[in-house]
Amino acid sequence: MQSAAQVTSFLAAGRTLFLLIHLLGVTCFSYIVARRLVPLIRGERDFRFDRPWLRIKRVFKFWLGQWKQPRYRAAGTMHIFIFAGFLILAIRAFSVLIVGVSQNFVMPGLSGRAGDVYGIITDYAATVVFLCMVIAMVRRLVFKPARYAVPARYGKSHMADAIFLLSLIALLMLADSLFAAAKAAAEAPQGYPVEALAALSLPWMLRNALVSAPLHTLGSLYFSAYLVHELTFYLLLCYRPFGIQFHVETSLFNIYFAKLDREILKPVRWGVSDENLDQVKSFGVKTFEDFTWKHMLDFYSCADCGRCSDNCPANAVGRPLSPRFITIKARDYSFQHYPVFGRVNKGTPLLGSVYSQDEIWSCTTCGACEEECPLLVEYIDKIVDLRRGMVDEGNVPQSLQKPLKALESRGNPYGKMEKKKADWTSAKEFQQICRVRTLDHRNGAQTLYFVDSITSYDDRMQSIGRATAKILNHVGEEFGILGAAERDSGHEVRRFGEETLFIALRDHNTEAIKASGVQRIVTADPHAFNALKHDYKDVPPVEHISQVIAREVAAGKIKFNPVENKNDVYTYHDPCYLGRHNQIYDEPRDVLDAIPGLKRVEMSRARDRSFCCGGGGLMLFYEPKEDQRMGAMRVRMAAEAGANVIVTACPFCMVNIEDAIKVAGMEGKMTAIDLAELVDRQIAREHPDAIEEQVSEIKECVTASSNSLK
Amino acid sequence: MEVIVEILVCVRRVPDTSENEIELNSAGNEIERDELVYSINEPDNYAVEEALQIVARIGGNVTVATVGGEEDEEVLRREMAMGANHGVLIKDEAFSGSDGKGIATILKAFVQKGNYDLILTGVQAEDGGAQIGGMLAALLDYPFASLVNSIELLEAQKLKIGREIEGGNRELSEIDLPCVLSIQTGINEPRYVGMRGIRQVASIPIPTLSAAELGMDARAVGEASAKVKRVDYFIPSLGKGAEILRGSREENIDKVLELVAAKGGLK
Repeated sequence: MQSAAQVTSFLAAGRTLFLLIHLLGVTCFSYIVARRLVPLIRGERDFRFDRPWLRIKRVFKFWLGQWKQPRYRAAGTMHIFIFAGFLILAIRAFSVLIVGVSQNFVMPGLSGRAGDVYGIITDYAATVVFLCMVIAMVRRLVFKPARYAVPARYGKSHMADAIFLLSLIALLMLADSLFAAAKAAAEAPQGYPVEALAALSLPWMLRNALVSAPLHTLGSLYFSAYLVHELTFYLLLCYRPFGIQFHVETSLFNIYFAKLDREILKPVRWGVSDENLDQVKSFGVKTFEDFTWKHMLDFYSCADCGRCSDNCPANAVGRPLSPRFITIKARDYSFQHYPVFGRVNKGTPLLGSVYSQDEIWSCTTCGACEEECPLLVEYIDKIVDLRRGMVDEGNVPQSLQKPLKALESRGNPYGKMEKKKADWTSAKEFQQICRVRTLDHRNGAQTLYFVDSITSYDDRMQSIGRATAKILNHVGEEFGILGAAERDSGHEVRRFGEETLFIALRDHNTEAIKASGVQRIVTADPHAFNALKHDYKDVPPVEHISQVIAREVAAGKIKFNPVENKNDVYTYHDPCYLGRHNQIYDEPRDVLDAIPGLKRVEMSRARDRSFCCGGGGLMLFYEPKEDQRMGAMRVRMAAEAGANVIVTACPFCMVNIEDAIKVAGMEGKMTAIDLAELVDRQIAREHPDAIEEQVSEIKECVTASSNSLK
Repeated sequence: MEVIVEILVCVRRVPDTSENEIELNSAGNEIERDELVYSINEPDNYAVEEALQIVARIGGNVTVATVGGEEDEEVLRREMAMGANHGVLIKDEAFSGSDGKGIATILKAFVQKGNYDLILTGVQAEDGGAQIGGMLAALLDYPFASLVNSIELLEAQKLKIGREIEGGNRELSEIDLPCVLSIQTGINEPRYVGMRGIRQVASIPIPTLSAAELGMDARAVGEASAKVKRVDYFIPSLGKGAEILRGSREENIDKVLELVAAKGGLK
């Protein structure tokens, strides 16, 4: 009794000091957080308050459940341990803080047996967190994972900051353990009910080292451990809002308010309808304050883990874009212009100072960064908003101005005549086996095949159009096309920030689709698919051709001939707007697997980690600064997987991959084929002479495409 | 150096060469215009951008003017959306069929109604003959420089202008204001104008000036007084010098290499 009381009485001596530190710490933290909230209040509005139950469910999945973490096995597992440790230790930390001013405080519900059990758990938690800190430091200092490096153009290394924070947490754990151990050691000899210290945990080891120490030593240790603990705790608390550790506080909110409909692009202004857009004075993000409050919260929440950039294809090929630094640079800007002490300096333009134009145009909106981010930080909306700002200011690369102008006047980026939009249907051999009708208000059909610009006009891609039409024909679909009335879907127009032009294209197509009276839409172009599905309103349901094929294969309407060359190894490349943006991963694979004798392998980066081929639509016109092409990297990945045929399901992927095969000098060793072309080639048709025709048509397509030499 | 300059840019609306497939009409003396897409004459667009950049540096106003009809208003709007302060449509039935000198005469009358320090034109119209700038300067008795690809303000009434010489050399000259310059493409990177920009200037009135309002003798211009008349317009047939390779891609590549080597292009 005597000794235990003496130990705690050591603490009592510092009561005033501790209280003072508490007050100071809490005040500082509150002040800093209040200052951090200033830009959020000045930011643009962002509607994130709907569907609370869904949001809570997502908090359970992505925050409490740490859903994305295991995608990086080692770091992710470690983070789960640290996160769990922090959650477990939160109550203990809180009660320890109170003990400083009220020595006999016991957290309600944690007295007696429950307290002992909790004590054991927290002892282990502190130990695990401590060990994780040590491992993390060793990783950073010795193994130096590449994704933590800061390229020179993005500033100085974040190493010191990271090590400092890790050490502070380690110190906190150590102080916490020593605090528990000193008390337990003092109590142990007297035969008092000892706090059950967990064997082999940090407090347990410290207690064993201290059992024979004299009481006054234990007392001073107890006091010092408390002081160090308290100081470290508040130092961490107040330092976190200055760097990458702020996510400890913000992550819960960031995930709760995270975007629910990721496939839908952010409107130009929340709460302003398309009709009223003309009244909006300025489009997009030009200054920091043009970001929405949630996007600013994203900047605060980034943990600098580098997973976004590790997966970013633009970063991989040396384009001047690294999503991680889109965030970090904005955060630095915010800290500098909204300082904790001093005057706010707002309204300076971001382009040219924080971001470069090339940086913002370099993004293909493939979504790999967002797929990876454990904190659900959004990138595409920010990139598009920054582009909207540039378009509004007239800052558009010359290489993109021509196609945009052509889209405005001709409805396609190539400046081709509208009346030639359906020319792909009049290839002689094709016309003999498949007639494609052009629909209008008099001449309707059940299904619309939305072709879109590239498949309509590009000599090579027209073959995808014809294959798609033949498949639809084969399964008995009553379908037609819009022909000259079809304009570009505007998918990339929108993603390149030209909202007004997009709206014009969308409205035109919506009119034409409605006039045709179709019940459903099919397309073979994932970009058109995504636009029609998510960017358009009031149009009939849309399917990608791979979904149609998968369904008809399952229903037995499509049967396949075995592949001719049994030595070919196929691999499927997920187009971003089919896979990541619309979760269509299985259908194309099911179709491939239904073809007898087809050998299929997966690339190391497949499904939601698919590696963008280089981007579609207007991206084909953009001339990026890069060390190599994304397509070339992708083709090498296919070769590494042991494949010699790349199957994709997107005309833009086809452009990029076929080009890349040539660039990489792999002609003859690697080929690319669209899923629709492959299916069309393999379909078992009833009449043998139909197959004959088929073969000659394909041969013709191939000759035509190789002749076109695009 | 804060100087206020009044800049006039003479612009023109032409069929867009990158978005049209030019076909002849049945008479064979004109192109088929039914499905043509028109846009601002590209060099004129560079001239407007240059004017805007000058004004942004030293202050002033940019006016864009064109001689034409109602349909030509769209290019004025586009340039106003870029930032030009005023647009003027010079329109009169009597003007139709004017030759180069006729157009220059009309523009001269317009220039004399205003007070311009600097007059820019594109280096040439895509469907024209690079005549207007020089003739306008001569009619106004202003100094003239053509093919300008850099402009720098030296002092209030003097410019330093650059010109690219055949072979890649550059020449710098001084020129007194007021003057006329014909602007080469590549002098700058014209800003983008989208539908939104054009819509924002849609309600700004564009004044129209007729021959009478310009106080000019309409008989001096128009078809009747044109001394240059187009007599034919055609797409030339393939000459003997052109050879179209029709083999497979590999064959074509080999053939091209062979041909280039034969002409001494590969060493």
